[in-house]
Amino acid sequence: MKRFEVTYKRRLNDNMVWLKIYAPLVARKARPGQFIILRTDEYGERIPLTMAGHNEEDGTIDLIYAAVGRTTMLMDQLEVGDCFADIVGPLGKATEMDGLKKVCVVGGGTGNALAYPLATGMHDHGIEVDMIEGFRTKDLVILEDEFREGVDNLYVVTDDGTYGEKMFTTAKLEQLIQEGNKYDEIVAVGPPIMMKFVCEIAAKYDIPSVASLTAYMIDGTGMCGGCRCKIGGEDKFVCVDGPEFDGALVDWDDLIKRSNYYKDQEAEDRAHVCRLTGGVRYND
Amino acid sequence: MINLVRKQNPMPEQAPDVRNKNFLEVAEGYTEEMAINEAMRCLNCRKKPCVSGCPVNIKIPDFIAKVAEGDFEAAYNIISEDSSLPAVCGRVCPQENQCQGQCVHGKKGEPVAIGRLERFVADWHAANFGDAEIQPVESNGHKVAIIGAGPAGLACAGDLVNKGYEVTVYEALHKSGGVLVYGIPQFRLPKEIVAAEVAKLEAKGVKFVTDAVVGRAITVDELMKEEGFESVFIGTGAGLPSFMNIPGENYIGVCSANEYLTRINLMKAYLPEYDTPIQHADRIAIVGGGNVAMDAARCAKRMGASEVYVIYRRSLEELPARAEEVHHAMEEGVEFKVLNNPVQILGDENGNVRAIECIKMELGEPDASGRRRPIPVEGSNFEIPVDMVIMSIGTKLNTLILDTTDKLEANAKGGIGTDAAAATNREGIFAGGDAVTGAATVIKAMGAGKTAAKGIDDYLSNK
Repeated sequence: MKRFEVTYKRRLNDNMVWLKIYAPLVARKARPGQFIILRTDEYGERIPLTMAGHNEEDGTIDLIYAAVGRTTMLMDQLEVGDCFADIVGPLGKATEMDGLKKVCVVGGGTGNALAYPLATGMHDHGIEVDMIEGFRTKDLVILEDEFREGVDNLYVVTDDGTYGEKMFTTAKLEQLIQEGNKYDEIVAVGPPIMMKFVCEIAAKYDIPSVASLTAYMIDGTGMCGGCRCKIGGEDKFVCVDGPEFDGALVDWDDLIKRSNYYKDQEAEDRAHVCRLTGGVRYND
Repeated sequence: MINLVRKQNPMPEQAPDVRNKNFLEVAEGYTEEMAINEAMRCLNCRKKPCVSGCPVNIKIPDFIAKVAEGDFEAAYNIISEDSSLPAVCGRVCPQENQCQGQCVHGKKGEPVAIGRLERFVADWHAANFGDAEIQPVESNGHKVAIIGAGPAGLACAGDLVNKGYEVTVYEALHKSGGVLVYGIPQFRLPKEIVAAEVAKLEAKGVKFVTDAVVGRAITVDELMKEEGFESVFIGTGAGLPSFMNIPGENYIGVCSANEYLTRINLMKAYLPEYDTPIQHADRIAIVGGGNVAMDAARCAKRMGASEVYVIYRRSLEELPARAEEVHHAMEEGVEFKVLNNPVQILGDENGNVRAIECIKMELGEPDASGRRRPIPVEGSNFEIPVDMVIMSIGTKLNTLILDTTDKLEANAKGGIGTDAAAATNREGIFAGGDAVTGAATVIKAMGAGKTAAKGIDDYLSNK
């Protein structure tokens, strides 16, 4: 097996893919909640991705991604047997599970992929886990069978009602709380705006919340400071202090603003991948 | 024969208005004639103050004498006895505070251009003997791990492999070189030079493991207990960038110099074939006055900014950057706004930086650092319109290794605690460079790496 070789590839829906990659040094130490930084090839940028799982015996890690940006579109070109240039990790702190008896994990869109190891990891740790999977529409639903097997109760909701219940994840969460479920913690993984509202509901019912944040970063070890965010009024680095933070302390507006740092350039880059190369890297 | 001219042979350079639009090396290097002429200025004085001014005590008058004779390879061999990275140090050392600062010529004229001669010798060797095959060094059977492939780690690896140790260097980034590849720009230190030094170490038998974050993927204790390393050297560098904690620092357009420089130098954002995103701002303020600030300012010019300001709270005299960098930056059109301190960064309705508000400063009595303390002038606030702000005000120590290594103790500054032989409180574990001292210079880190190599050799020889 070559370093960072793709050993498994499965398309989950039109734009989401599940990869297993040979990275034994990472797999050995990986824990739920931690992330890696990857580079597709010499010309690639470094992007962080939370691991969707790992297998110490095989020396592999799992990544589930949506092909929405330049790098993830290039990742889509890699097939079983191809190699990534770099996989660094495990980075960040692992999810804290000790002392928890019952939690509700709320995933939004692609965030469900990142919620998967977290929710099942908590379940394996002996915690009772309710999982709310939220999507815009039926075609985007992923990992339903996997969750059903890996957690205690699974609730699937869609914004347009084409699958599962027609409601937002926040409404489902509030319903479960009102029905009398006593959660020690609510975990939010998804778009910042969803996490913001999930954490607000948690606060409303006096339940501690945890949000798994993503941010721009280069090295992942604290050197660049690109991933800084405001937590309880203090600057924290997602890469070394996170990626999970107390949801009640996150300055969401600041986080949402900073997530747009390279938005214009990214839109342009995406167009380049599609139009100029048909998605395949130009190499001379 | 002695050359009695009081001025140095000037360094051939790209013209300022040409070079501030490209990333090619600014200083083009002495010719053989210039080097010999400059070398003949050395008086070979008895006290050799230059040697004591050098953190690794290179036998400066001896190598310069060989340059004067035209025996450049002999000069290279003399430097190599004490320095692992002469092509690097000749370019980036703050010679004016070290060897050249001590030169007796400096009293009545300009000191001998020791740094330029060192660079000349290293480049001459690379051009003429660079391809010579290097034989792996025979192993003495002892394994040493080095954490961090920056100047401290490379220097330590070089000395240890020469003594026969089996050295493995663990590097968190995808490329070896540390600050030499992610921080110092191409136009000041071409990356090919660093790559050649790394390749030389590899040829001797040093193993480099990139993409490996020690403390996360594997701990120092595991390296010693499970991987069979008898000794470990920690050279992980300075770490986390500091911010000013003023309002507006999270607007879009504010970043650390580390981030800006890494995107450009390591991630090659200045080359179109690389994907690395970078902000192409038109007016950029750099806050701080060190070498890193100069690098960021000069990169900003080359990335196409029309106005680049260095904002520094003391005066030009107190600028901590190398004199040559400040001079080059000024020539290239960087504007120095000294005796100003930022109080807040202002943004537009979309959260983008639109200006930086500063307060004017005046100098009072000397402070603990011996420099005159800057004092704000009440009511002197003013705005400078900019669309990007790069913070270059130093770094805080990264605690990852301390947090993940059993019973490893910190020093008073929060770095890794060491004695004069670079040994930590843990047997077999050594440390050096910025990870111990906080942000300093390449040559000091290199010196610490060499001290540690000696400490490790003594330790393992007597074990």
